[in-house]
Amino acid sequence: MNTNMAVCIAVIAKENYPLYIRSVPTQNELKFHYTVHTSLDVVEEKISAVGKALGDQRELYLGLLYPTEDYKMFRKLHNSFTDVMCNPFHNPGDTIQSKAFDGIVSGMMVQTA
Amino acid sequence: MADETLFEFLHMEIVSHVYKEQQSSKGTMDNKDRAVCVSVLEGMGFRVGQGLIERLTRDSPSFKDELDIMKFICKDFWTKVFRRQVDNLRTNHQGTYVLQDNKFNLLTQLSNGKQYLDQAPKYLAFSCGVVRGALSNLGLESVVIQKLP
Repeated sequence: MNTNMAVCIAVIAKENYPLYIRSVPTQNELKFHYTVHTSLDVVEEKISAVGKALGDQRELYLGLLYPTEDYKMFRKLHNSFTDVMCNPFHNPGDTIQSKAFDGIVSGMMVQTA
Repeated sequence: MADETLFEFLHMEIVSHVYKEQQSSKGTMDNKDRAVCVSVLEGMGFRVGQGLIERLTRDSPSFKDELDIMKFICKDFWTKVFRRQVDNLRTNHQGTYVLQDNKFNLLTQLSNGKQYLDQAPKYLAFSCGVVRGALSNLGLESVVIQKLP
């Protein structure tokens, strides 16, 4: 049983717009979206410093934005994102509409009744 | 392993099909039609390159600069896609790179001499698109052109 669950998952394109956002429906949903925006800034900072650490696999994960054990979750997400990209019916740059992707994301989010 | 030949044949058929489609609307082909065919093939390659590069770089660390990316293209990417490595990489360090492959396998089926040289660009359009698509999803906007000896 996975004890680590996400409350919000977002996939951002390299042009900085969201390809996919999903959060657990709560009162604070807007707060989650703000957090996504601020994490983009952290990502940019980390990218500009990337010259130093080489050959470290966790670079994909850009280190820990928060110290937790989310790497497994990130890998699952990244793998399903790669699958979406390889789908010939998906145009890169469109929002992600794959049911399989939705399924994987639901599996990672906090379950609400 | 017969799968390499499978793709080579499929590729030749794709090229021939695209040209036939363009020709069937009129009787003859002018330069504009030929350009359309080349763009269609390059566009197909572009999309394939995008998907391919996502899969191939899934587990590898991010690249530190443009040269690193080009080295990846010449070695790992070229090996996975064309089953060999690029023979020569040259650069002017100002954004132009020349990749030289002496035994490009989508062309080796055409005869070795100069006879079919003018037909060769059709068969390179798809591959140029694949490289451009790969570079695009790595974050590099590029123009990929082909040159024959």
